[in-house]
Amino acid sequence: MTIVSTIRHNRIISVVLLTLLATAVPLAAGAQGTTVPASTTWTSLKGDVFGQKAVEPANGIITIEAPKRAEDAALVPIDLHFKTDATSGRIKTVTLIVDENPSPVAAVFKFGKDAGVTHLATRLRVNAYSYVRAIAETEDGKLHMTETFVKASGGCSAPALKNQDEAVASLGKMKLRVFPSSAPGSEPMTRATEMQLMIRHPNNSGLQMDQITRYYIPAHFIQGLTVSQGDRLIMSMEGGISISEDPNFRFEFDAKPGEDVKVEAADTEGKKFQNEWPLQSSSL
Amino acid sequence: MIHPTRRSVLKTGAFFTCCCLGQFSLARAQSAGRVALPVTEFEDGVFAFSGIPEMMSANNRGEICNVGFIVGEEAVAVVDSGGSVAEGRALIASIRAVSDKPIRYLINTHMHPDHIFGNAAFEDTGATVVGHQSLPRALASRGDYYLRSFRESLGASLMADVKIIPPTKLIAGEETLDLGKRQLTLKAWKPAHTDNDLTVFDQQSQALFTGDLCFIDHLPTMDGSLRGWMEQLETLKTINAKLAVPGHGPVPSKWPEALEVERRYFETLARDIRKSIADGVPMAEAVKTAAQSERPNWRLFDEYNERNATAAFAELEWE
Repeated sequence: MTIVSTIRHNRIISVVLLTLLATAVPLAAGAQGTTVPASTTWTSLKGDVFGQKAVEPANGIITIEAPKRAEDAALVPIDLHFKTDATSGRIKTVTLIVDENPSPVAAVFKFGKDAGVTHLATRLRVNAYSYVRAIAETEDGKLHMTETFVKASGGCSAPALKNQDEAVASLGKMKLRVFPSSAPGSEPMTRATEMQLMIRHPNNSGLQMDQITRYYIPAHFIQGLTVSQGDRLIMSMEGGISISEDPNFRFEFDAKPGEDVKVEAADTEGKKFQNEWPLQSSSL
Repeated sequence: MIHPTRRSVLKTGAFFTCCCLGQFSLARAQSAGRVALPVTEFEDGVFAFSGIPEMMSANNRGEICNVGFIVGEEAVAVVDSGGSVAEGRALIASIRAVSDKPIRYLINTHMHPDHIFGNAAFEDTGATVVGHQSLPRALASRGDYYLRSFRESLGASLMADVKIIPPTKLIAGEETLDLGKRQLTLKAWKPAHTDNDLTVFDQQSQALFTGDLCFIDHLPTMDGSLRGWMEQLETLKTINAKLAVPGHGPVPSKWPEALEVERRYFETLARDIRKSIADGVPMAEAVKTAAQSERPNWRLFDEYNERNATAAFAELEWE
């Protein structure tokens, strides 16, 4: 199932969800003391995303880290680490899900065959007390799941844009940072390179009800993103509205010194953004 | 003039509790059915209630920010309606305790629930709701979330009457409102605390309602632009006010000294975050240490600092 159809499908669900949330949230909050609640939402969501396929516990193949409380509901940092397991093979895709968000599938990442991605960090919108889960599909076709529970933020923090004019004015601007591996004694041409890709985009959720007009605010978000080096794919993403404004990805991969890093992105309004950066061996 | 509490509390309280003027106190106001908000008349015709520095809860009725009103020859203008309809109604009771003039304007200084959840109390007063030109858009994208998420902290009964009521009179740049021989200068700011901050300056008394552009005691919260806020502090402090009603903090406060504590916090936060970004520290780690040196100086530091640091990080990494 593609993410677009997931979102469309979930748009219908979300109308129901929004109504349910009003009552579901306090219940979840009440049930949640020192322990986390049962994954009831996931139980009903699983079939929509993965059909009848079995989803196994990750057993270290993929791990997830997130703050226990979403300090800023619009910007919740999520860290994923991947480990290649000899039996299952490398991780082909990772699906990131925020159970209680109106459109739960945040993103589906695909990794290039020899990209060697071992770590990926991004930022999510988290609307309510929710499980955030990552499901890795390995080469043998099996699904491995890990999850963490995030409490909603207190106070007036909302999963919405802070500076709406700025978000639109600088739409599509990109920034790439390469973090030198400066660990003492490490080889200057170490294979794993850490990079951070930033794209200016409001990544507007289409599921916020305008209380005045009673219409939903039109969605406008990055739906496709590809990062490649030379002609080899590092990773691609089919994105949804749970990825924070100004989508931000920090990842580690096997870089080939001297080859350009190329990024292509497209949003739901058909706008395309691309950029290229030379990757000097000196920056590795 | 700076110690007006007794005089104005008497004035407000007199209407409802004329039998116990001498002993009137905040505690009494709270136990006496909480009819009127205990407001202070710190300048002639300028009244303000001092919010409780806590998170919004059923217990404090959402009364956490400073709200107030200004009485002119013909009419009254209200600055913010409070964090619940109950608070909005109590504010109206305070107004009626000192004036029977019509409430011409309800000015919302920005989008946050503690300042606007009382709007529905003013629906029958005929007051025109006034706000920053970007306030309707901000309420459109957040109103629904606010209504859902505050159900838990405020409780269903306080939330039952709360409605998102956007302004119909929008301010861009500067505009003057007339209350009859009393002019208020409203100024719409560029993104700072939020992207819809508005200040209200009473020309007669030179009193300034800063909205949440000024926090004292209660840690500032970042929901707009840290850089924009820091830059505009320069313009803000040139406003020729004598006294200010900050969004949160003592009523009244000396101007422009009122801005100094938050300026120091912003500078510390920006410096710490910029260093983390330059050193390649990931966001999740950087926000845990940023501005911790400011911790002893504020209330609600643990509730809001990490969130401010998160927002600051996302903004400053584009520099």
